Amino acid sequence: MKLAAELVDLHKYYDLGSVQVKALRGVSMEIPQGDFLSIMGSSGSGKSTLLNLLGGLDRPTKGKYILGGKDVAQLDDDELSAIRNSLIGFIFQSFNLIPQYTVLENIEVPLLYRPGYPPISSKDRNRCLDVAAKVGLGERLDHRPYQLSGGQQQRVAIARALINDPEIIMADEPTGNLDSKTGEEIMEMLKALNAEGRTIIMVTHEPDVAQQTKRQIFMKDGVVAGHGIFQG
Amino acid sequence: MSQLIRTIRLAFKSLLLHKLRSGLTMLGIVFGVFSVIAMLAIGEGASKQAQEQVLQLGATNIIVRSVKPPEEAATGSGGARVLRYGLTRDDHRVLTRTLPTIAGMVPVREVTQDVRYLEWTLNARIVGCTPEYLEMNHLALASGRFLSDHDERTRGNTAVLGYETARTLFPREDPMGKTIQILSRAYTVVGIMNERMASAAVGGSLSGQDYNKDVYIPLSSFQTRINTNDLIIKRTSGSFSAESVVYDQITLKVADRDDVLATAEVIRETLNRLHGSKRDFAVVVPLELLKQADQLRNIFNVVLGSIAGISLLVGGIGIMNIMLATVTERTREIGIRRALGARRRDITQQFIVETIALSGTGGLIGMGAGLCTPLAFTGIKYFVTNYIMEPNSATSDMSRMFLEMTPQIAMWSLPVAFGFSVLTGLVFGVYPARSAARLDPIEALRHV
Repeated sequence: MKLAAELVDLHKYYDLGSVQVKALRGVSMEIPQGDFLSIMGSSGSGKSTLLNLLGGLDRPTKGKYILGGKDVAQLDDDELSAIRNSLIGFIFQSFNLIPQYTVLENIEVPLLYRPGYPPISSKDRNRCLDVAAKVGLGERLDHRPYQLSGGQQQRVAIARALINDPEIIMADEPTGNLDSKTGEEIMEMLKALNAEGRTIIMVTHEPDVAQQTKRQIFMKDGVVAGHGIFQG
Repeated sequence: MSQLIRTIRLAFKSLLLHKLRSGLTMLGIVFGVFSVIAMLAIGEGASKQAQEQVLQLGATNIIVRSVKPPEEAATGSGGARVLRYGLTRDDHRVLTRTLPTIAGMVPVREVTQDVRYLEWTLNARIVGCTPEYLEMNHLALASGRFLSDHDERTRGNTAVLGYETARTLFPREDPMGKTIQILSRAYTVVGIMNERMASAAVGGSLSGQDYNKDVYIPLSSFQTRINTNDLIIKRTSGSFSAESVVYDQITLKVADRDDVLATAEVIRETLNRLHGSKRDFAVVVPLELLKQADQLRNIFNVVLGSIAGISLLVGGIGIMNIMLATVTERTREIGIRRALGARRRDITQQFIVETIALSGTGGLIGMGAGLCTPLAFTGIKYFVTNYIMEPNSATSDMSRMFLEMTPQIAMWSLPVAFGFSVLTGLVFGVYPARSAARLDPIEALRHV
């Protein structure tokens, strides 16, 4: 099975003045392509740090993180940015849309930062419309985020995460700010994306959400404390 | 390229989100650019006015004036209280013979006297001059003729009136052919001058001249009728003093402009030799004054430019302040963009372009305001003449200079001022933009 990502003895330490916080203390795992992994754990367990590392927002202090065939620890800031842009799609708990942009413009943001800055072509425009339609946002493309419900905002965020056709989707508590019905819809959407072959890594603390994924790991004190495979 | 256009478009979009804030921030730059253009326009106008005055004096002219020497020289010949000074017939003769570069020469004698016609009287400047006076001082006739060689030869009793003189003495009549009286002598009016803007004092060595209150008579007539034997006797409460001056002024016209300065030097040396230690003449060269006027304008530009530069600096600091606040306010947006693949320099570029859009727009508005400077100046002049100054008291050289001046917008100042506004945005935008780009994406995303 081809690997989407591989972690070898990953450490992440933060220096807070005189105190050194060891957020990750040796995490190793293999994430195959097409995996749907949920990371659970209490706050302070290191799950957010792990997701940030996996998403290429940060570099490990020690260890190897192979993503797209490259060791992330060796990449500079620009190369990490390029990886976030083309390989990874982010979905956040608080949606994180840009307030002054319309729905369509929010979906376009990752297109602005493609390597080499190609202009947004009519093909790109059509792709935006397709992706918006796919997440069920056929009409409200000229709305601003504050004019949308939470579920709709999260759909915009998913469309934005998909626009550059990434291999891996990082979801940080994607249903955390939504009511259970809307959360259910979002989970269905993620499952559909997983069925397309995309790897999805999700942080959550809701067991019934985690149960819907293929695989769960439990973080505690900076290490993986347990995991299991459930059929989705 | 399309990337840059997109960034500029997005920058304006962000600025329009906070119209009031952007507008207020822009004001500093608007005023800065406006004052750069306005102040340079006023400096340019003042210098142009000075230049015009110098040109009225004649760029190829050299003016030699008699100057009353300081007191020690006042003991005339043999105890007689007659003060002899100034340019003499000898001077005139020597200058005529020795200067090959001269195209023309007008000796002038002048005195202020009452001129009368019937019951109207005017204290006018009586100028005794030769026919060339008209051309050399760039005067123009309204009607009739100027003094002729014939008048000069025959010591004719003809007179030409200045504009103001004619209007005062002949409020209801045509002065042509009428007879006026100067010191009980009669003169026939043969011509009237056009109105002429008074020239303000230039360079301190030449007082302001108001040609409108002149009466011109032939020099020969002046010398025989008004100051016989070159003497003018003044009586002051019991005592009397007499001054003897042959010419008040000799205006020389140099044929070639390139020879003016050299000729002036020769004249100075010649007169120094003829007059010995007596400092009773002055040589005024308008061309030298023209150079002084140029220097003055340059000093003006530097001083006014620095003042305007300070207001641009203040405007720039205001912009920096707002951009720093904007960066803090949009920390989360920066985090989002970084997570979606924006590199540090994308963020830097975004905020610098936004700052430049802000300052550049301010610059454009300031340029528009600057173009209205002449209009605003007219308004100020109107206000000053109607509410601050008495209408007729505007006689000091400074206020007259101010009132007669029109700001000249220097075309080069428009792109320069706009360029400075853009530069201000660039300089003061770099720090906020770089601090935005340096933000840690994870921290930025967590920012509320």
